[in-house]
Amino acid sequence: MVSNDFSSDAQTKMSTKIVVAGGFGAGKTTLVGAVSEIPPVTTEAVMTEASLPHDDTSVTPTKVTTTVAMDFGRITVDQQLVMYMFGTPGQSRFWFMWDDLIRGAVGAVVVVDCRRLADSFDAVDYFETNRRIPYIVALNRFDGRLEYTSEQVREALEVGATVPIIDFDARDRTSGGTVLKTLLRYSLQAGAEAEPVG
Amino acid sequence: MSYRRRRSSTRIRSFTFTGGRTRSRHPLMVQTLVSTADPGHDPPENLMPESQDIYLLCRETRSVAEVSAELKIPLGVTQVLLSDLAELGLVYIHPTITGNSPSENQVLERALRGLERLFQ
Repeated sequence: MVSNDFSSDAQTKMSTKIVVAGGFGAGKTTLVGAVSEIPPVTTEAVMTEASLPHDDTSVTPTKVTTTVAMDFGRITVDQQLVMYMFGTPGQSRFWFMWDDLIRGAVGAVVVVDCRRLADSFDAVDYFETNRRIPYIVALNRFDGRLEYTSEQVREALEVGATVPIIDFDARDRTSGGTVLKTLLRYSLQAGAEAEPVG
Repeated sequence: MSYRRRRSSTRIRSFTFTGGRTRSRHPLMVQTLVSTADPGHDPPENLMPESQDIYLLCRETRSVAEVSAELKIPLGVTQVLLSDLAELGLVYIHPTITGNSPSENQVLERALRGLERLFQ
């Protein structure tokens, strides 16, 4: 007998999280701002990072304290459920904290600026390698047309065959909403395939 | 929601008032919602000022990240202080949906329906 903790108490609210990743300037915060019911908020995490020694003579790694800013937005889905969207810090030197941010996420969106495909490679590589949460790729078309087809992008960035790739306009609320819906559908589908029936 | 509330910077002392602990005992993720267990009561006077602020702020349910942003306390410190408040039974930690179980999938389906309603 499994009790349902989620609907027993009207006072109980619950929340969920989507991670928005991508290269610097690809449109992560723009997407968060377009779909969020509040202006994107910045919170800071003070991270103690063990910096890698540059030579083998140092036995103990030195510790570096870094303040990392993260933008997030919010969508109140219904009276009980709130969805948060967290933008990952874009700079690659903050990748050590991605694991913490990704933990417990329903899925991730990698926002890609087609004019600078290479900037997105690290983010795609992260999700392809870890396979911990479902992710989709969203090509930000900004003003103009896309220079590449989604299949060209899939090949160039080595995106897995089943990962959805869609194009969108990060500034447009409806377009951003479509990205979130696509991710959620894919997460539900991925979850259903991963779990044995029963 | 207002983010105008400001405090003098607590950043330098942050890790002092968590007693050196940087890990919270409760599963507090950035998106986890928290609320004051008994919002009708004033915070206990023996709480640290930062914890009193959190207690008062959480009379309305909000996420760990929002508490951190509104009170300008770094995330890690916010998590530890909230964890202590939860330990004392002063703050309630709401369920966080990660989609890793069938019952949670029902919630995600609800989320999808909600998004379909909001973004037509």
